[in-house]
Amino acid sequence: MTVLSEDLSAGLEETGWTRVCAYADLMPERGVCALVDGHQIAVFRTFDGGLYAIGNRDPFSGAYVLSRGIVGTRAEEPTVASPMHKEVFSLVTGVCLDDPGVSVPTYRVRVAGGAVEVSLA
Amino acid sequence: MARLVVVGHGPTAYRLIETLVDRGFGGSITVLGEEPRAAYDRVALTSYLTGKSAEDLTYPVPDGITLRLNARVTGIDRESRVVTTADGHTEPYDVLVLATGSSPFVPPVPGKDLDGCFVYRTIDDLDAIREASRGATAGVVIGGGLLGLEAADALRGLGLQTHVVEMGGWLMPRQVDEGGGAVLRGHIEALGLGVHTGAGVKEIVAGPQGRVTGLVKPDGETIEAQVVVFSAGVRPRDELARSSGLAVGERGGIVVDDGMRTSDPAIYAIGECVLHDGMVYGLVGPCFTMAEVAADRILGGEGAFARADMSTKLKLLGVEVAQFGAMDGALDVTFMDPVTGVYQKLFVSDDARTLLGGICVGDATPYNTLKPFVGRELPGAPSELLFTGGPSNMELPDDAQVCSCNNVTKGQICSAIADKGLTDVAGIKACTRAGTACGSCVPMLKQILIKSGVEVSKALCEHFAHSRAELFDIVRVRGITTFSQLITEHGTGRGCDVCKPTVASILASLGNGHILDGEQAALQDTNDHFLANIQRNGTYSVVPRIPGGEITPDKLIVIGEVARDFGLYTKITGGQRIDLFGARVEQLPLIWKRLVDAGFESGHAYGKALRTVKSCVGSTWCRYGVQDSVGLAVALELRYRGLRSPHKLKSAVSGCARECAEARGKDFGIIATEQGWNLYVGGNGGFTPRHADLFASDLSTDELIRTIDRFLMFYIRTADRLQRTSVWLENQGLDYVKEVVLEDSLGICAELEAQMERHVAGYADEWRAVLEDQDRLRRFVSFVNAPGTPDPSIAFEPERDQVKPVLIPLEAVRS
Repeated sequence: MTVLSEDLSAGLEETGWTRVCAYADLMPERGVCALVDGHQIAVFRTFDGGLYAIGNRDPFSGAYVLSRGIVGTRAEEPTVASPMHKEVFSLVTGVCLDDPGVSVPTYRVRVAGGAVEVSLA
Repeated sequence: MARLVVVGHGPTAYRLIETLVDRGFGGSITVLGEEPRAAYDRVALTSYLTGKSAEDLTYPVPDGITLRLNARVTGIDRESRVVTTADGHTEPYDVLVLATGSSPFVPPVPGKDLDGCFVYRTIDDLDAIREASRGATAGVVIGGGLLGLEAADALRGLGLQTHVVEMGGWLMPRQVDEGGGAVLRGHIEALGLGVHTGAGVKEIVAGPQGRVTGLVKPDGETIEAQVVVFSAGVRPRDELARSSGLAVGERGGIVVDDGMRTSDPAIYAIGECVLHDGMVYGLVGPCFTMAEVAADRILGGEGAFARADMSTKLKLLGVEVAQFGAMDGALDVTFMDPVTGVYQKLFVSDDARTLLGGICVGDATPYNTLKPFVGRELPGAPSELLFTGGPSNMELPDDAQVCSCNNVTKGQICSAIADKGLTDVAGIKACTRAGTACGSCVPMLKQILIKSGVEVSKALCEHFAHSRAELFDIVRVRGITTFSQLITEHGTGRGCDVCKPTVASILASLGNGHILDGEQAALQDTNDHFLANIQRNGTYSVVPRIPGGEITPDKLIVIGEVARDFGLYTKITGGQRIDLFGARVEQLPLIWKRLVDAGFESGHAYGKALRTVKSCVGSTWCRYGVQDSVGLAVALELRYRGLRSPHKLKSAVSGCARECAEARGKDFGIIATEQGWNLYVGGNGGFTPRHADLFASDLSTDELIRTIDRFLMFYIRTADRLQRTSVWLENQGLDYVKEVVLEDSLGICAELEAQMERHVAGYADEWRAVLEDQDRLRRFVSFVNAPGTPDPSIAFEPERDQVKPVLIPLEAVRS
């Protein structure tokens, strides 16, 4: 895809940060999914403007769907509930709060020049 | 292995078999039933005429038993231990249980066998009475006891001018005294029934065709009636025992000992056919106890039957009547209010401290509160207890019997609540069986729950301390339009997957524009967010609306072409539509563009909203149909499409009583009658199937729609989150919902109707609105940084000429 290669080449920097979209494209309390080096990364913007990035794969169902879950809080901690069977994951640690033995990876995410960037490192 | 044979298959036999199976009886069980159907709930027999089906009343037949119907036993060879049925079948036994029940007593009056004379005992009897009532105008019941009044209620329900003839000096002489009988008579006459007490029957007369035309009293007065029902008591069916040489009582009844054993140790007898300690029992409670005692003995136990509590509480013709304990005593205290028709009397010992019994007519509260004190010291002065309904802090002793049908004490209920963490009456019923037979102790179960300190949290989730119904009222009354405002003012935190979709649904029910507009988009579950149904591999399915299941060939072809072009798996749904599976999010707008262009709109299969109104083909084509069921189904589906509710809503319309659309399994189901439509509500399939209850009969189409408008809006306002109409209706009570919806007892019907009108006027197709808006369309991508790239994790493989998902291998994750 032309658009993809342009976007990626523009976003790639030496530090390993990849631009995925404009910050303004993110809807508060909703997620999107970015495809970075073959990894599916779910990026969320919380109500207070905070950004979080976790793996998009729901470990309970195996489906790549976490970016489509409902964002909320559990005792102040920002969370997303899997749209498949509603297990709740911490957006901060990636740990499943309903089953703390299970977790998803977390990624670094930042805003640079109005753009959202994630790092696999 | 022991061979157990049971003669008779009524409620008592059912209880015996159930108890044996539950307790692991190791032998074989063969049941020989005389009726053409399996055992059914005879206590609820009258409900058969008000909407319940024979299946609703029928008890389940436990696995592993042999049940032979239409099998009347005619002989017992006690020496060889074999029973013989009327059709010559023989059944050997090691243990025999007689549960032959009783038969209605028909006094030997001239004309008793005329065409138009009935008894009131079996479903077949009721079918015959119903049939005879068509075209009849008046009916008379002979017998003013408990069953007689129940039969009178049934005749009245069938539209007959109804009379009751009672030999005794007043109605229900076995349950109430003369004073109570007079008050009861007032209630029943106020309903328009004719009451004739102290009156016998001289003869029943017929017209030229031999059909009943009336009943002549000994004083010569004739009561005109085309239907006559005998309900003058029952007689134990002991003829089989008698002819087999077993001991029977002088006035009937198979003689048994405390272990329910007859004079032949290999033969037990239980239920209404039995004479125990000089008593014959016609109430379900003692009969169930006999079944349990017999089961215990068969299993080698030492269970014994003792003289049973004959307390009764019932609601007849809308009047509560109850009797408990003794019907006389050294002293009695009476409370009577002729204005409201309440009569309550307590019998006490000569020092007025010990309760001996009581009678209630019009208000049975004392039965609920005071019955467990029979034989004990009263918690207060009798007059005060009657006048105030008893002190609120009245403590029942632990060994007080709460459920007399199943012999459950307060102590057993309290232990179950504590040990099993029960929080509702349903839990108590499941664990202890209390309240499962006649249900009269259910108010007491509620009291015990409350007193046990069980407080059921109504909080929706950690973010709201309110129930869904309370949040609905807050949003409605305060005119709140955003989740942020609601949670800031009435909650804490930022919500979760429980409260957000709930609030989204409330906002949508109250009409707040497109569900993906502004902040509302962030509240939606993934299905509502993508207006499609997520499947196990993260793809979605698409269901276009097909109102009433009616579709043109051209539209069918479009669906086929879309499915073919996008490689979708197709399946016909149970709701008479077509589901297209395997669409990726970025395909959804392309698929819907084709569908909308062809005239389809969203089917809301993804929403807690109206799904479909299923229909049979109706009178237009069907030779049995009496109304246009398809036309009505289409109209209803178009009226309520898009209506967001606490849970999904399903409906169906059948064009005749054959019920091909399965309307009684729906939240609101409609069945055509010759005169109009019958409306049924609260039906459900799923995990806990429930047949819908008859809500209103013979409605015109306008009346029907107005009633459904009110019913649905009342449900939407007051139900809990994800509570289907079936559970909601059980909680609210059918009578209460009828009062609100049909009689406008809360004065809110105009508001409910207006709310529905706003919904109907404000409806717009959600998918068309998405296609017309670039902002909304932008969300339909798999990857925000690669909008055209399909999700590489999604793959399909062929199965039966279609696709199925290749499932991603899943490591065992759950810790």
